Amino acid sequence: MQDNIRLLINNISVVYSDVIQVLKGVSLTIREGQAVSLLGSNGAGKTTTLKAISGLLKPENGKVTEGSIEYDGKPVQNSAPEEITRKGIIQVLEGRQEFKYLTVEENLRVGTATRWGKPYQKDLELVYNYFPALLARKKSMAGYCSGGELQMLVIGRALMAHPKLLLLDEPSLGLAPLLVKEIFQIIKRINQEQGTTLMVVEQNANMALQIAHYGYVMENGKIVLESNAKDLMENPDVKEFYLGTAASGALKSYKNVKAYKRRKRWL
Amino acid sequence: MEFFLQLLVSGISLGFLYALSALGFVMIFKSSSVLNFAHGELMAIGAFLFLALSAWADLPIVLAFVLTLAGSFTLGFILEKFFLRPLIGEALIQVIMLTLGLALMFRGLLLFIFGGDIHDYPEFLPEALSMQWGNIQIPGVFVAAIIIGILFLILFGFFFKYSSQGIYMRSVADNQPAALSLGVHVRRVFALSWAIAALVCAMSGIVLGIINGINVHELSSIGLKVFPVVILGGLDSIGGAILGGVIIGLLETFTGGYISTSLREIIPYIVLIFILMVKPYGLFGLVEIERV
Amino acid sequence: MRKLQFHPCGAYKTSYFEELHIFSTDFGRLWMWIGIVLLFGVLPFISNAYILYVVNNMGIYAIAAVGLNLLIGFTGQISLGHGAFFGVGAYAGAILATKAGLPFYIAVPLAGVMSAAVGMVFGLPSARLKHLYLCIATLAGQFIIEYVLVQWESLTGGAMGIVVPSASLFGIDLGNDRAFFYVIYFCFVLMTWIAVNLIRTRIGRAFIAIRDNDRAAEGMGIPIFPYKLLSFAISSFYAGFAGALYAYYTMSITPEPFNLWLSIEYIAMIIIGGLGSIPGSVFGAVFIVSLNEILSHLTEYLMNVGVSTGVAITIAPLREFVYGLAIVLFIIFEPKGLAEVWRIVRSSFRLWPFSY
Repeated sequence: MQDNIRLLINNISVVYSDVIQVLKGVSLTIREGQAVSLLGSNGAGKTTTLKAISGLLKPENGKVTEGSIEYDGKPVQNSAPEEITRKGIIQVLEGRQEFKYLTVEENLRVGTATRWGKPYQKDLELVYNYFPALLARKKSMAGYCSGGELQMLVIGRALMAHPKLLLLDEPSLGLAPLLVKEIFQIIKRINQEQGTTLMVVEQNANMALQIAHYGYVMENGKIVLESNAKDLMENPDVKEFYLGTAASGALKSYKNVKAYKRRKRWL
Repeated sequence: MEFFLQLLVSGISLGFLYALSALGFVMIFKSSSVLNFAHGELMAIGAFLFLALSAWADLPIVLAFVLTLAGSFTLGFILEKFFLRPLIGEALIQVIMLTLGLALMFRGLLLFIFGGDIHDYPEFLPEALSMQWGNIQIPGVFVAAIIIGILFLILFGFFFKYSSQGIYMRSVADNQPAALSLGVHVRRVFALSWAIAALVCAMSGIVLGIINGINVHELSSIGLKVFPVVILGGLDSIGGAILGGVIIGLLETFTGGYISTSLREIIPYIVLIFILMVKPYGLFGLVEIERV
Repeated sequence: MRKLQFHPCGAYKTSYFEELHIFSTDFGRLWMWIGIVLLFGVLPFISNAYILYVVNNMGIYAIAAVGLNLLIGFTGQISLGHGAFFGVGAYAGAILATKAGLPFYIAVPLAGVMSAAVGMVFGLPSARLKHLYLCIATLAGQFIIEYVLVQWESLTGGAMGIVVPSASLFGIDLGNDRAFFYVIYFCFVLMTWIAVNLIRTRIGRAFIAIRDNDRAAEGMGIPIFPYKLLSFAISSFYAGFAGALYAYYTMSITPEPFNLWLSIEYIAMIIIGGLGSIPGSVFGAVFIVSLNEILSHLTEYLMNVGVSTGVAITIAPLREFVYGLAIVLFIIFEPKGLAEVWRIVRSSFRLWPFSY
């Protein structure tokens, strides 16, 4: 495995609207060619972490107030999304944000925005190769596609941009278990065959850890646990809370759990 | 019968004029969902700029034309950058009011500089353009309007359907955060669409100026006529704008010819209300795909 | 006597009922009474005829602006036809006074009711239309009403208009500015009071719910279409009421003033004043009427200064330019309007010198 650091997040804090602090000192490292998964419950700050990387905090009035994000050794925090995407960081947004009124193929073509004017025919073939279901529907309007097709569409669309670092936000959201499996297999293939560095944010920890090399667990805007994906799978707390397979076979009572598990939420 | 045919022909030509002036409007709406109430004033600016360059500065017609288009393009760019951009994310009514405010500013400025009189361009269209079928006559400008209209329809259609930039524009109108996440330069798209729209406005302003003479009030009232035209066709459809223009043009000439001239001005709006009651997104507008 | 209420330094409200109070402190209420006393007892006596004329116009416009804010600011339905509804009210009032011979105090509310009926007709498209499309439908309404006012000559007198007899109440002639001042401002206080209280009721909450998310409002069991129509009706009632007052005040009306331009002025008032704020609509009306007056004085002055009249004529359009500029600057730099400025000024005074 390569040891070049692709992305280095150093102790960042993110504040929305100057008052709501969501991330409180998050640090993580992504090495080239790695697939990293970021786990955590709702409101832990996973999506915010992704948006901090891809520069999409700005439209939501959020800001990285402390710390730094270094991509290939250069700071990128608080840059405009146009610049960040042109450096090769592409985020796949949560909840399948397709362009409803564009056809499937046109949706894919939007993915070429970062390298406007260059040929894209090969990339289309590549995407159709990974997602054959899209080929059949390439002329139909995306608004009428099914959830699974849309998820493939948005991942394919991101691939069109030749990402060096692909950020995936909950690719399993609202999909049938079989489909989730299929999509994760494809994600794994993309990582292996294209050498694309990946970061996957997931609720479905089991799936995410199977394809990842390394994993982080977030709680309340902090990273609480990090380790190799294999070790994480073995970790009793992770097993219990994210994989749903407690060592004793039955779910433990919340009372006996370590303090950090008891979340207080103010927002 | 002859009267009918004459009305038919002039209605269709009028319709193409309306359609041509609606194109710029649709352009802005398609990429940034802004309803531009300063449309008529943008047309007037183009028309007056051309007048100043061709008649007063005495430049060759072609050069004046190119300079006018370049000037309007720049104006659209500036408008977007300084006035519309601070409003991204604000409520619809604020944006509408802003364009209304801009319309007032432009109208005041134009009246200040050029006065309220009707001006005329020097004659420059070739005679050969006008057509004659038996007793029915089509003046050269109408032919020019129809040709320009069809040309732009095809050009815009291809642009939005096949060119990458056109697809990016549509993607921004469709889902801005997603477009941003893929690296579409959203600000550039907005600026470009305003610039192109101002350019098309200038062109239609010139054509209208050739036909009716150039007058601020006249052009800004045609700017309002654009609304029934585009709503009829569906706000985001270029083909719809042409068809809407032709329908409105025919309605106007036939009402004017057979019923009364005073009803002529109002008939587009009456029809508009009925169409909206039956087809809320116009004849060709995209029906909102709502998934809950 | 109960305890006086001051601004608490925190949220100490213990019931939702307390949140609904119009005045959070007794001082607010006190200031309001002082304001009303000054308005009625002092203002008409210290101002000359011209100032009184301007102030009267402000009152009339403010009533209509409050109505429009109920529609746009609270229900979220954009209307570009408010000026026309104002005109419908003016004509209804004039016709009721001349043809039906009704006394003034009946004609004005009745004109409001008629305007409300017309407003409901043109609010019908709101059943299926939203946002831009509705906006255009009301624009069409504006043009159609204008057309009817000019063309229905047997009733409206066409372009010649109608001469309205001066109002009288219990035998007292209300034809002069000062007497009519009391009429206008009595109505103004009453109508504002109704509006402020209306938005605290079930109806007002339904309006706000529809504005914020009509689909969710529907899901919560609010029948949105009747409420949208109701909002159109109430708003045009205000417009019609103000229009009838206008007819009585100017004593002769023509279709000319009730054009699209007037509708735009009304929207400018509530945007500059503050959307979704009743005091804001009043501020906006005061601002726009003053701006109009100042600009016309300025152009007049410039015309007199410019000895050659050739220069003078060309200066007049600049008035439009400045007007547009004012609107544009307001929207860009203070999109929440004068109500927000007022709130900031007030709270910085209240907390002075410790602004945190």
